[in-house]
Amino acid sequence: MSSDRGTDRGAGIEHPSPLVRTADETNDRRPGTPRRGSGALDGPFRLGTTPSSTVGPYLAIGLTWDDGPYAVPAGTEGAVWLRGRVFDGNGDLVPDAMIETWQADPDGQFDHPDAPAGERRFPGFRGLGRSHTVEPHGEFGVLTLKPGRVPDGAGGWQAPHVDVSVFARGLLDRLVTRVYFADEAAANAEDAVLRSLPDDASRATLIADPTEDGYRLDIRLQGDRETVFFAV
Amino acid sequence: MTGDTSRAPRSTATSALLPPGYVREPAASRTPVAFAGYRSTALRAPLRTPVDLPHRLTEVTGPVLGEDRVTAADADLTLRAGGEAQGQRVFVHGRVLDSDGRPVPHALVEVWQANAAGRYRHVVDNWPAPLDPHFDGLGRVVTDSLGRYEFTTVKPGAYPWGNHHNAWRPAHIHFSLFGQAFTQRLVTQMYFPDDPLFGQDPIFNAIPPAARYRAISRFDLERTQADWALAYQWDIVLRGRDQTPFETDDDGDLA
Ligand SMILES: [Fe+3]
Repeated sequence: MSSDRGTDRGAGIEHPSPLVRTADETNDRRPGTPRRGSGALDGPFRLGTTPSSTVGPYLAIGLTWDDGPYAVPAGTEGAVWLRGRVFDGNGDLVPDAMIETWQADPDGQFDHPDAPAGERRFPGFRGLGRSHTVEPHGEFGVLTLKPGRVPDGAGGWQAPHVDVSVFARGLLDRLVTRVYFADEAAANAEDAVLRSLPDDASRATLIADPTEDGYRLDIRLQGDRETVFFAV
Repeated sequence: MTGDTSRAPRSTATSALLPPGYVREPAASRTPVAFAGYRSTALRAPLRTPVDLPHRLTEVTGPVLGEDRVTAADADLTLRAGGEAQGQRVFVHGRVLDSDGRPVPHALVEVWQANAAGRYRHVVDNWPAPLDPHFDGLGRVVTDSLGRYEFTTVKPGAYPWGNHHNAWRPAHIHFSLFGQAFTQRLVTQMYFPDDPLFGQDPIFNAIPPAARYRAISRFDLERTQADWALAYQWDIVLRGRDQTPFETDDDGDLA
């Protein structure tokens, strides 16, 4: 299909135009200026991606679903509430954020064409949760099933985890973080992402504690205990 | 370049290995999470450098959302609560593509916007511009098999905000897209051509200069409808797959 060479632009590729093939320092209009043949036809075909922007303060108009917080239907056997709050650099509650969660089912399976095929034993499991942090509660809450372990693609297993996006006024791009579970110490100790973090204090920002109805993890946008955010 | 963007399950044989990740764009070509001129970022944008997250199964998959979240009426924002919205009627249309040019079909697109007077139907928005009883500012559409979307709305008005003295947001429509993978999730804003308010808007100017044109729609005379509506076209490009180079000979020629 493709003859793309990544960033190795044009090396080893015979350009179709003789004008380009014979262009060199001597016949360029001005040495050092952009060269003929250094353009799009020599590189991978890539469109520039659309730049992100903030959701702004009025996100609730466009991004509210009745079933947003329900990654599984209410009443699902074994479902847990994943709750937390979002704090800014002053330690103040962020009352206009939205978090979205994405995760595997308890068997570690994703209902998606790029995931390994397999039996899906949890009908109604959506994998996605969406919750606003609007006061008076000021906290997000997603009803879900605790995920299973997921292959890491290199022969090992990741600890149970939930990928999280954070959106808010004042954030020009989403933030990405993960939620792990405090009662999975053995799996967490083997998890490549957790192990790659510099210290236990960093890891602690990603680990949710068990509660009466599920798990809780606060997200701190700044400060000494700033949550570990990921570039994806 | 006819990539398989179908949502149908693949055979085990082709899905057993971890599929390639998605392109990571250089930070210089993306909107930074913080921008000095946009005051709210000061206490909200994280101060530490984000940690690179490898693209594994959780990141290369994503929710399958589609027609079941949308009704036909969701694509027409000008007809709400039994009447017609005030303002300049416009069609907004375009394609959702990935950076390899492949259409992203059957993808949920959520939009929200101020009314023609620049007022949002939201408890926090109470500047003295009129609300419109027949405009709630919410639209939802799903891209077709070619990645196309279209909705009908009124052109939003500019509105003031408290970021700096006499600050006004250029007219814009908020867009939210999931794409097909967690890595492709995008929330953004679409602008209109040649808005005189661009120069003083820090949210627009936070976009790296070379990428700003990608946030601006194009007036589309061909898609206007006589005696009915103007039209704007805006293509949205999500990140494509990380391309694995072909096997090569030692001398670098293509094998
Ligand atoms: Fe807005």
